[in-house]
Amino acid sequence: MAAPTTSTNPPIAPNGTSGAFIELRGIHKSFGRQEILRGIDLSIHHGETLCIIGPSGEGKTVMMKHIIGLIQPDKGDIFVEGICVNHLREREMAPIRQKVSMLFQNAALFDRMTVEENVAFPLWESGVRDRTEIKLRVRDALEVVDLQEHMDKYPTSLSGGMRKRAGIARAIVTRSECILYDEPTASLDPIGSDVIDQMILRMQRRFGITSIVVTHDMKSLFKIANRVAMLRRGIIKFLGTPDELRATPDPEIQDFINGRSNITG
Amino acid sequence: MDAPAGLLTLPGRTFIHFLTYLGQLTALMGELMIAVRSGVWRLKLVAQQIVAIGYGSQAVVIVTGAFTGAVFTFQSYAKFKEFGFETTVGAVVSVALCRELGPVLAGLMVAGRVGAAMAADIGTMKVTEQVDALRVMGVHPVDYLVLPRFLAMMISMPFLVAESISFGLIASYAVTSFGYDMPSAWYLSHMLDHTNMEDLSIGMIKGFVFGMLITLISCHQGLTAENGAVGVGLGTTRAVVISSLVMLIVNFFLSILLNYVFPIGSV
Repeated sequence: MAAPTTSTNPPIAPNGTSGAFIELRGIHKSFGRQEILRGIDLSIHHGETLCIIGPSGEGKTVMMKHIIGLIQPDKGDIFVEGICVNHLREREMAPIRQKVSMLFQNAALFDRMTVEENVAFPLWESGVRDRTEIKLRVRDALEVVDLQEHMDKYPTSLSGGMRKRAGIARAIVTRSECILYDEPTASLDPIGSDVIDQMILRMQRRFGITSIVVTHDMKSLFKIANRVAMLRRGIIKFLGTPDELRATPDPEIQDFINGRSNITG
Repeated sequence: MDAPAGLLTLPGRTFIHFLTYLGQLTALMGELMIAVRSGVWRLKLVAQQIVAIGYGSQAVVIVTGAFTGAVFTFQSYAKFKEFGFETTVGAVVSVALCRELGPVLAGLMVAGRVGAAMAADIGTMKVTEQVDALRVMGVHPVDYLVLPRFLAMMISMPFLVAESISFGLIASYAVTSFGYDMPSAWYLSHMLDHTNMEDLSIGMIKGFVFGMLITLISCHQGLTAENGAVGVGLGTTRAVVISSLVMLIVNFFLSILLNYVFPIGSV
């Protein structure tokens, strides 16, 4: 069994949190009788890329949705920059959601809006009214994801990879400090996956954006992750660097990262 | 024994589900009131919804109102003639259309056409995570999805009810004048003598109430949709069925209440 590897003890902030950008403390969540999360403790630091891995149905997306307040925990607390967010009402979450945005698995672009309108939407809703500024910032965001040529298209006429890139543009246009990615490379071809990986790396280098990436794509993980957390049976089974993940002797983790099912033909 | 215990728990569970549903609708109404008071009304979306709800529903409301007015006149004229009261048909049809048929028929048509569209639109957004995307961007789904529909419905419903009544009366007048050769002056005189502003007010008040019920019930079905396309389909069906039934039940009690405020034949 691999010993969960954690970095040195983080400093304690005046409000009792560790000073991490995002902190999850003892998160429990059940749906009906099914216990999904059984005490998650995790800190995410400014500017890092943390990948969350684990078998399907283990609660990776559920954990991520807790961070942005889409799901409330049954027990435990979530802190974003020291503010406990799980006691906030939906309308009080708006300032937190200016800092943390999310790319959904299928991008969740609005069907009735063009790519340009989709990307401009969060700007307009956050109170930016200068149309020239909106246009410039939308163009900048689309340039980062290399979609300037497709800004007039509707989401239905985009490929899966393009939709995800448009989703990333929408997530970064408000200059969020942190982006949560739910399986950003799922169902993409190897080139499409690499494009997304390079984009996540570019965002970290260029804007210092903190990224939390739920993924099953091990190749992508070893390219982008600063740290990896493995979720298993509702708890964090492993937390460490990608090199530590590779070196861990735990057979279950080794089977997972090498894609071995233990079923013989 | 298991069976009796099961039978006992079934009504209990149904009652709890009913209370939960009422609680959810009340919570949605509360959020809607907060949204109304916020003053952020997104007038462009309201205008788009007025086109979809008000302008788009005119044909069905006019046809329903007109043919109901025509058939009501056709049936009642024959019976009234047996008693020599055929000249009062205009008054009866007019009061019935203003107080009951106009708002109820317009409401049922709007529930079928607009309620279904609301539930399907919002439900599809819910199951494709577009509603969550709104929340992630700090936009409350009630502010963005429900409020514009609610305001558009409140603006559109009185016009739709008025159209339903008007075209019902025009059709009724046409049937008596051209179908039965009744002098139009008799029809108009009785209609105008026995229909007053109170009758029209009742129709308008009912239109507002039905519009509010349709919006709340349909948007709630959309916002709680789950399980993909099947869930959206189920939500859409429920939106129409629940809206229609609730409207008919509420109409009965509303009629009693409004009859105290505006007694029939008070003029």
